[in-house]
Amino acid sequence: MHISEGVLSPAVLAGGAALTAAGTAIGLKKLDYEAIPRVALLSAAFFVATLIHVPVGPVGLHLVLNGLMGLLLGWPAFPAILIALFLQALLFQFGGLTVLGVNTVTMAVPAVACFYLYRGLLRRGGTVAAAAAGACGATAILLSGLLVAAALLFTGEGFLTVARLVALAHLPVMAVEGVISLFVFQFLKKVRPEMLEGIYGPGSH
Amino acid sequence: MSAIREPFSEGESLLHRLDPRGKVAAAAAFSVLVASSRTFATALTGLCLAVVAILCARLPWRKVAARLLVVNGFVLFLWLVLPFTYPGEVVWRWRWFAATREGLAAAGLITLKSNALLLGLIALVATVPLVDLGQALHRLRLPDKLCHLLLFTYRYLYVFEQEYQRLTQAMKIRGFRPRTDLHTYRSYAYLAAMLLVRSHDRAERVYQAMLCRGFQGRFYSLKEFSWQPRDRLFLATAGLSLLVLAGLEWLLPWTLGRTGGG
Repeated sequence: MHISEGVLSPAVLAGGAALTAAGTAIGLKKLDYEAIPRVALLSAAFFVATLIHVPVGPVGLHLVLNGLMGLLLGWPAFPAILIALFLQALLFQFGGLTVLGVNTVTMAVPAVACFYLYRGLLRRGGTVAAAAAGACGATAILLSGLLVAAALLFTGEGFLTVARLVALAHLPVMAVEGVISLFVFQFLKKVRPEMLEGIYGPGSH
Repeated sequence: MSAIREPFSEGESLLHRLDPRGKVAAAAAFSVLVASSRTFATALTGLCLAVVAILCARLPWRKVAARLLVVNGFVLFLWLVLPFTYPGEVVWRWRWFAATREGLAAAGLITLKSNALLLGLIALVATVPLVDLGQALHRLRLPDKLCHLLLFTYRYLYVFEQEYQRLTQAMKIRGFRPRTDLHTYRSYAYLAAMLLVRSHDRAERVYQAMLCRGFQGRFYSLKEFSWQPRDRLFLATAGLSLLVLAGLEWLLPWTLGRTGGG
């Protein structure tokens, strides 16, 4: 979930920007020139995939897929998510320049964390891998929700209830993302296993 | 019809003709100042500056208003929650709802800042076509790879959006109706996965095509930025307004009630 402009305190904004700069630097370092088209096009595809609205009862939730992005990209998910959020800020005015850092952290840190958390399980294959892919999608959203709540809480204690509500709103998204991530992983494994080489490869790329 | 568009990047106004580098720099400074403001005076002045910039850009106001409405959803949510949950002095009570002065002030300040920042972003950055923006950011010394990623991602957004439309159309023709069930989730997951697969395959071809054309890690742009007197004038005006903003924030903190929330 995006935090809007003008909400967070300067300290939180600065912290988010610093973390994003560091994460992006690492991500770019691990990214060869050769891989730029692949990462950029995946980023574009993820951007479009977030336009998909999945019905949950009466409301439509849009996909986030940051867990999957972490799985497919590893560290380069950081710059890829930064770019996607920058484009969203420019094209739809969701978020903005000053919250770009915080919003990137709340999406990209869970993505990279899930990559390392679930890589071992995903390598095993079979039901374990499928379950791990689902858990990966759900965990990424859970962490995102917690990070958003933390950003609000660090801004001021008066935001406690807001932070709680925002974190709670992530729960249905978490369930949906888990299911979707599981199916996407199964599909990719069948159709283009080479896309998952980041998981099976010797080191992180 | 495409859902992804750049409705603000086209125009003949003075603001559209300015050098993107100056506009991006001004937007960044403006955003930092407004986002870190704690007083209504600064936030309100920032909002006025942003409105002036929007008027100078002569943007279709309906579209600007539509964007503002969407983005103010979160602000509305804050108005519904913050006044009643922020600790402080109670100024209004109805049944078991009690609104505090501090909560109302925080919500008000956020509303001003949020809209000022949005309008500033629309006026100064969204008026630059993205391709020029990528080049401008490159000139402003952002990392090479990041600028390449930005330009590439942007370039293929539209391609995959069309791909997405085609795939959803194919699903509809086959009688797919979204419901809250596993079949729907699986279908949407396969749709997303198919987009990823297409992007993977296309990336391969794009890279091969780049190699064929002798790609060596550098993009050449035919676009030449030229720094004109009007850019100097814009930067001077923007600098002056920003100084006023900074002065309001730090030299006159007692002007209007300080709030703790921002």
